[in-house]
Amino acid sequence: MSIVKSENLFFEYEYMDESAEEVKKTHALIGVDIDIKQGEFVAIVGHNGSGKSTFAKHINAILRPTKGKIFVDGMDTADEKKLWNIRQEAGMVFQNPDNQIIGYSIEEDVAFALENIGVESKEMHKRVEDALIAVNMLDLREKSPNNLSGGQKQRVAIAGVLAMKPKCIVLDEPTAMLDPGGRAEVIRTVLELNKKEHVSIILITHYMEEAVDADRIIVMDDGKVAMSGTPKEVFSKTEELINLGLELPPVTKLAYELKKEGLDLEDGIITYDELVKGLKGLKR
Amino acid sequence: MLLSLKDLSYVYSKGTPLQTGALKNINLDIEENSFIGLIGHTGSGKSTLIQHMNGLIKATSGDVIFEGRSIYEKGYDLKELRCNVGLVFQYPEHQLFEETVFKDVSFGPTNQGLSEEEIKARVENALRIVGIGEEYWNMSPFELSGGEKRRVAIAGVMAMQPKVLILDEPTAGLDPKTKNSILSQIKQIHEEVKITVILVSHSMEDVAEYVDRIIVMNDGSVMYDDEPKKVFSHYKELEKIGLAAPAMTYIMNKLKENGFEVSTDIITVEEATKEILNCLNKEKQC
Amino acid sequence: MLRDMTLGQYYPTKSKVHKTDPRVKLLATLLFVVGLFLVNSFLSYIFSIAIIGITIGMSKVPFSYMIKGMKFILVLLIISAVFNIIFTNGEHMYFEYGIIKISAEGLKWAVFIVIRLMLIVLGCSIVTYTTTPNDLTAGLEKGLSWMRKIKVPVHEIAMMMSIALRFIPILVEEADKIMKAQSARGADFDSGNIIAKAKNMIPVIVPLFISAFRRASELATAMESRCYRGGEGRTKFKPLVYKLSDKLSYAFLALYFVIIIDLDLMARNIEALNFMMAK
Repeated sequence: MSIVKSENLFFEYEYMDESAEEVKKTHALIGVDIDIKQGEFVAIVGHNGSGKSTFAKHINAILRPTKGKIFVDGMDTADEKKLWNIRQEAGMVFQNPDNQIIGYSIEEDVAFALENIGVESKEMHKRVEDALIAVNMLDLREKSPNNLSGGQKQRVAIAGVLAMKPKCIVLDEPTAMLDPGGRAEVIRTVLELNKKEHVSIILITHYMEEAVDADRIIVMDDGKVAMSGTPKEVFSKTEELINLGLELPPVTKLAYELKKEGLDLEDGIITYDELVKGLKGLKR
Repeated sequence: MLLSLKDLSYVYSKGTPLQTGALKNINLDIEENSFIGLIGHTGSGKSTLIQHMNGLIKATSGDVIFEGRSIYEKGYDLKELRCNVGLVFQYPEHQLFEETVFKDVSFGPTNQGLSEEEIKARVENALRIVGIGEEYWNMSPFELSGGEKRRVAIAGVMAMQPKVLILDEPTAGLDPKTKNSILSQIKQIHEEVKITVILVSHSMEDVAEYVDRIIVMNDGSVMYDDEPKKVFSHYKELEKIGLAAPAMTYIMNKLKENGFEVSTDIITVEEATKEILNCLNKEKQC
Repeated sequence: MLRDMTLGQYYPTKSKVHKTDPRVKLLATLLFVVGLFLVNSFLSYIFSIAIIGITIGMSKVPFSYMIKGMKFILVLLIISAVFNIIFTNGEHMYFEYGIIKISAEGLKWAVFIVIRLMLIVLGCSIVTYTTTPNDLTAGLEKGLSWMRKIKVPVHEIAMMMSIALRFIPILVEEADKIMKAQSARGADFDSGNIIAKAKNMIPVIVPLFISAFRRASELATAMESRCYRGGEGRTKFKPLVYKLSDKLSYAFLALYFVIIIDLDLMARNIEALNFMMAK
């Protein structure tokens, strides 16, 4: 069962050039076909301007295709009547934690979406509590979000989406503004949701390290899908990734350099243990 | 000594909700032409510390000595200090305000009260140093990409020709490609202009390759202050305070635990490659 | 400096005043202020001071904290007192020089004005000290929901207020940061005359505006993606429901209003009586 499925998706940005004489167009997405299954954890990586964020915004119907179609849980995002259903099924977490928190207390913020979709008060309290438990923030529920760390703020944002009981959560570079501790915190939370609550996760990121735990990695470049496959498959094509301007995780990079020097290591090493194992094999 | 901090302490006035970031008895000497990494997690006091270095925050006790003079001396010209100790804040592109790139960069030198030719020369020089080509000079800074904006903002401080350049998280929020190119640019500036650079970061990985000294801040105090390799040998302690040593340090330690005769004070991928190859060759010879 | 301002900033305690329905508190404030303007006898003021004192006591907000907040209106108090003292005409003149006249009536009036202003500020700040901005806007929204019938977009106004209040601390911090960053580039915000000072603020104001717009646009997207579509069909996480104590509070409020008006009438009668007796 597909949760997100795009068919030959095109999107172009229109803008006025400096003299405001003619409308210019930039092609942000060029014929993108992506099919994401229910319960899958997909990481979409690519450098700035590769089209990955534009694609993410299509899932939530913030942007609509110029050409082609995108379906969320079988609903066409071009269908105005389905707009709010789509936004409930595919929740979205954004980059800047400060600019997506609306409530004065954490629980009020988590409740915001539920207030909007008209959930009745008793049910709402239950859902808010469940969502806060899922991101491990229940003990701070009455606190103001202003004094939280970046990682904690992003977890509040995730809870706010989770409370809608979506089938899929789209995270658009959720860690770009966080320190390493906060980044790990967010990725851990997302992984846990995927495993325990079986929510599909679509993680947009430019850090390759964050993609290693995904079920599948989609690499985007110049508005197109450049690569797609399991982390192992994608990281095996080291040279291709380098050419796409992506930074490999340090272990993969080291294994690649060693291989270049003639060592017989397997392709696509992504953990310390794999590397140690590989090198041990060479020792004998 | 170019810049010294002596027994510096800072306490936030009581009643403010932010009690973190206070400093306790900091003693530091910054030598001329050094390249320093100042590392600490969020709230460790590193941002507070650098604002003492150019007099934006006044210490509760202790002293800051720049070129032999205390900056707390009566009549000390703080404005001049700020020109000598250039501070680039986090997300510096958020402070751009002028109509053109060129005008924005000239804000600093204009405040210094320099002559028009001097300003022009300095601005052009600064923009070249950070790698912003002439075709951008008359553009609005807001039309640029994230990485370009940041370069322009760094040029805005460079144009004052400071003796010390402090950069607070200069790569925050950038993609890896832009991040690397900005860091190498800073390294190049350090080498070409012969300027002291202090790179503030929460990531060891990012600065390890570039700096020749690392200061680790934790809870308002200096925890380690040494050359990178020696600091990383404490990788287990660093982990406890929420900082990670570079991945190569981990890998080499892991290999050693597994019976490989490798040295562990290694930072870059190149060094690691060499060391592992050496190790494997030695084994074969035996 | 901006961060030191405590006037009107929510002070969390678990008092009865905090738990009172915001609609009650809002109406109470309104009636309290209106009442202060209707009456002008010492008796009514003493009664009002007593009531405010009791409310402050019940709110468990430290009085010193409130006084700290009052510092900011001290100047206003002094100016209005001075103006009233020297510009009020009266029968019992103590001093006269040109337009400057000091009379018994002027002094009395000045004392009234100061008491009145202080009571107004205290009264209003008790509400903000004991009510979160969110409750406050929720109270306004529900309390004024009848205005929707006359096409006033009550929900939208309340939402705007609530977002504005939430972003004030963030923008204050940002302004602080930008000022520091521009100071690091040699900007000077202290010297020069007013025009020069205003001009010096441009490097702060432009980035601040840009940032505010960016935040607004990002927030709007985030709100929409969380299904926000106006007040229609919206439910509340914490719906406002009157408790018995709230209804009692309304009764007390009515009683208070009647008493100060009565006291005032009484005081006026006594005054009139005194006046007649003197004749």
